Amino acid sequence: MIGSGRHTGRALVRGRRGIAATALLTVALAVATDARAKGTGYLFVSSEKDHTVTVLDGKSYQVVKQIRTAARPRHMAFDPQRTRLYVACGDGDAIDIIDVNELALVDRIVGIEDPEAFGFSPDGKTMYLSLEDDAKLGILDLDAYFAARGGTPELTVAEVSEGGAEGERSGEERKNEEGARASDSDGAVPGLRTIEVGEEPEGILVSPDGATVFVTSEVANMVHVVDTASGTLKANVVVGNRPRRLALTPDGKELWVTSELAGSVSILDMGSYQVKRGIEFRPKGFRPEDVTPVGITMTADGATAWVALGRANHVAVVDVASGDILDYVLVGNRAWNVTFNRDESLLFVANGLSDDVSIIDAAKRRVIRSVPVGRVPYAVLVDD
Amino acid sequence: MHAVVCTAALAVAAPAMAADLVIGYLQMSRDARYGDSRTYARYLTGPLGRPYDGARVAIQESKFVGSALGLEFRLERERVRDAAHAAETIIAMNGNGVHYFLVDAPAEVLAETAKQVRDRPVLLFNVSAPDDRLRNELCQGNLLHVIPSHAMGSDALAQYLVSRKWRKVLVLRGPAEEDRQIAAAFSRSAKRMGLEIVDSRDFVLSNDPRERDRNNVALLTAGADYEVVYVADADGEFARDVPYQTVKPRPVVGSEGLAGAAWHWAWERHGAPQLEGRFEKLAGRPMRDVDWAAWMAVKALVEALVRTGSGAFAQVSQYLRGDDIILDGFKGNRLDFRPWNGQLRQPILLVTHNWVVDRAPLQGFLHPTNNLDTLGFDERESQCRP
Repeated sequence: MIGSGRHTGRALVRGRRGIAATALLTVALAVATDARAKGTGYLFVSSEKDHTVTVLDGKSYQVVKQIRTAARPRHMAFDPQRTRLYVACGDGDAIDIIDVNELALVDRIVGIEDPEAFGFSPDGKTMYLSLEDDAKLGILDLDAYFAARGGTPELTVAEVSEGGAEGERSGEERKNEEGARASDSDGAVPGLRTIEVGEEPEGILVSPDGATVFVTSEVANMVHVVDTASGTLKANVVVGNRPRRLALTPDGKELWVTSELAGSVSILDMGSYQVKRGIEFRPKGFRPEDVTPVGITMTADGATAWVALGRANHVAVVDVASGDILDYVLVGNRAWNVTFNRDESLLFVANGLSDDVSIIDAAKRRVIRSVPVGRVPYAVLVDD
Repeated sequence: MHAVVCTAALAVAAPAMAADLVIGYLQMSRDARYGDSRTYARYLTGPLGRPYDGARVAIQESKFVGSALGLEFRLERERVRDAAHAAETIIAMNGNGVHYFLVDAPAEVLAETAKQVRDRPVLLFNVSAPDDRLRNELCQGNLLHVIPSHAMGSDALAQYLVSRKWRKVLVLRGPAEEDRQIAAAFSRSAKRMGLEIVDSRDFVLSNDPRERDRNNVALLTAGADYEVVYVADADGEFARDVPYQTVKPRPVVGSEGLAGAAWHWAWERHGAPQLEGRFEKLAGRPMRDVDWAAWMAVKALVEALVRTGSGAFAQVSQYLRGDDIILDGFKGNRLDFRPWNGQLRQPILLVTHNWVVDRAPLQGFLHPTNNLDTLGFDERESQCRP
């Protein structure tokens, strides 16, 4: 079962809604536990303004720990073994590494200028990063990086609440930043190769076979298709304005791309790399300009896609085969990134402007709980 | 690397050989708006330099998508003396196949230039003239306004005052023609949004004791019952001295204190810091309204070229003005041009010297079709008959 002695005591005081939600979750998790290795049960939420990753108990949703990171943590991903959590810290020019069992910051990849999103190769040895300021896709050989760097870096964090430390820290950070900026990321970071892409690369998706990486460019309004073996661009496809995140259908035939400003999803045919159709979202009572889709996730069977609609404060449920919008679920302010728990019974939504996470019962398509977290939550991950 | 990029792009977009697409860029050889003493003073909304670097950033950003089209975007800058010289330059460049021009000129020059080239297949982008008359009686069919009008700025400010319930306003107005225009724009906004202008007083910039009733802020702000002071000062030199000098402890807005702006370095949402960073890297100074407008003009043109497959002039021109275009100004909303007067719809930032207090249209200010049209001249009140 999930839960350890460390946090069970916190779950005792709860309202009726909380108990109902927990009962439901317990059932859901009981179903899921058989098929997989035991996770910690924790939820990890990055807060870009607090410079923390908040760890929540997966049952009670109480805060277990707040882990300080380098400045502005945003995108997060587990390594394939799920023992470590990687966190891209945009203003800290670093990828922080958190030990999932210890709940502690244990390592750091430094000198990566303004990392945005990233993904791993299937073997976990290569990291693909969008380097926003350089307009490049970074390809980082992790073994080469850790072998070549001299010793573990000092794990300073961006202090926010301790007045005295703040000035000192930010000065120090600024120095680090200048150091990193004086030399181009190429060469400065061992094991890092780069490929030039359109301005402000954002979403990254690695195909399950690791042969292809898809990168969106927010400014060029393109999806770049990168062949990982040769490190070259196979195609550049113009999609809806300000493309953000990606999802691939399990059969590998369609790539779904959210476009924040166009308020749509562009669907690319993976045979021809052409946009074959688009889906526009119009939840009732919202005008096109209020609909700003970013986060997207697809169920493992490829039947349903869930798309967070940003300022429209809803998550759309889409039938993948037909492209029909099945439902809109009301969530918090500026719903951004979405993630399922392992059995896909619950969907977690980071609400950037209401500083909380909405938890949706995927079968009922409604929010069963909203949980306050740090300032400007960006992404949620579940280790169940 | 580039060769590979182009090959891949060719497979997708199948364009012809890579070709230059030249965008004309006209600026005045002498332009008081960019005088050293003005830029040095860093007035709240004034420019810090010529907006050319804004256009350069947009060109940089468009490299990748240009290569997909087989195009290389290039700016060709010309310095002109007056409207006649500007028109002559545009006509000559148009003869060499240039159709699109950014024009950085004051309102009178811009209006006259546009008029003189109206029969040519050219499109001009206004990047620095906020004059309301250009959107109304002086409007031209070949002119698109990227910089917000005075009316848009003052509507944004008026929305803010209404939302704070600071309804009683004392207006201080300068002697220059543009000061009058700004004050007139605010008076229109006050009427639209339901603010009360309790008095309108003329100031002068002087130390002459005989003129103290018009140059002394304490005297100018005495003997009236108001909740906020609005200063109309295009130059900014007088306005910067108004806060903390008023007789009553009242906030100052308009040309100092809190202003409506197209852009501000401190705006931190919608990817704005990335754009600001790119600009500062290139220009070595913060981005201001005119810089943003020059950037936006090139971005709008590139978007129209991309979506029309770099079509003919008429097609691109039509697409730019049409309903389908979606422009990203890094201010959240999708932007496009108002068909009735060629003004770019856009949110207005309410700015202080180091912060963006809010973004208009403010919540609760609604419009039947597009809330951005609560800012500036709406279709019904437009006097533009190109």
